[in-house]
Amino acid sequence: MEPGRLHFSWISSAEATKFVRVANEVVQAVKDAGPAKRLIKGIAEVA
Amino acid sequence: MIEYTQKIRETAKRLLSDGVVDVFIGYRKGSVPMMNEPVLVRDPGDVEVLHWDSNCGLNLCNYLTGRTDKVGILATGCVSRNIVTHVIENQITREQLHIVGVPCTGIINHRAVKRAVKYREITEVVEEPGSGRFTVKGPGYEETLEKTGLLQLNCATCRHRNPVEYDELVADAVPEQEDIQEFKDVEKIEAMEPDKKWAFFERAISSCIRCYACRNACPLCYCPTCFVDESNPQWVGKSIDPTDTMTFHFLRAFHCAGRCTDCGACERVCPVGIPVRQFTKKLNKDCIELFDWEAGLSLESRPPLDVYRKEDPNDFIR
Repeated sequence: MEPGRLHFSWISSAEATKFVRVANEVVQAVKDAGPAKRLIKGIAEVA
Repeated sequence: MIEYTQKIRETAKRLLSDGVVDVFIGYRKGSVPMMNEPVLVRDPGDVEVLHWDSNCGLNLCNYLTGRTDKVGILATGCVSRNIVTHVIENQITREQLHIVGVPCTGIINHRAVKRAVKYREITEVVEEPGSGRFTVKGPGYEETLEKTGLLQLNCATCRHRNPVEYDELVADAVPEQEDIQEFKDVEKIEAMEPDKKWAFFERAISSCIRCYACRNACPLCYCPTCFVDESNPQWVGKSIDPTDTMTFHFLRAFHCAGRCTDCGACERVCPVGIPVRQFTKKLNKDCIELFDWEAGLSLESRPPLDVYRKEDPNDFIR
């Protein structure tokens, strides 16, 4: 997996602001990484 | 190591006749050269089938899971560590076991031997007692080879040749190898750029036929239903699509994290020669670096994945 696609965080239910910040950061990081190119399974061709 | 054979037979005979064990797990000569196979002996009269030489590469711990009788078992360094892991994971109790330790000088890499004789047909491989040499015979040729340069890759960098847990030993302990760079191969892969790394693993698994021999040979893989066999839910596709194959190999390795003893059985049994140990070995290296942990060294300590320690690394969590 390319860097920037996997994120870990520990957020308490009382930490709404942290949740918003982390969620935005994750979304931005994944957008920057672009569409996934690996571990994608195509649909099998049927003859 | 063929000189251990007689002692092993005597030991098995004694244990079975004295009723110390109900069954003795060892190896017998395989029907194909360099492929000794596991055997379970119950009758003291049958101990003559037992055999030991440098081709006993399958992991006997595989045959312990869930046993309820008293078991005698041969254990080299890595097998003894797998037995310890089995006890820690409640797959067998220590009290049921009589472990016969085998100080090991390494198992012969059957692929390297085939390469060394230029892929000519091999009809017999005979080890010379105590000399570290063995003779390969085939139609029209006979070659004597040194074992040291033809060891399985995991044996060549092994640091636990002597059993860590045993009730008796068949011979005096052998000297442990020193000054070996165990993780040189892993470091080489670690240093690659992500794209190169991806290409490396893609090429490594490209010939996989999903036979699951690596899983079947592994003593850690004792789940009643393996994730690859479940169909509801289906965790991983069953095709040989590279995505499915890659998923299988990654998950298999992660299921062995902190438990693998690098016994090399998976790599030995792969029919297409995939370097499957490269997956588990990286995790072994991580375990040493992050948790100062090597699997199966002691019955007292719990593995890193089932204990919490304040000093556990957690820099990756934001």
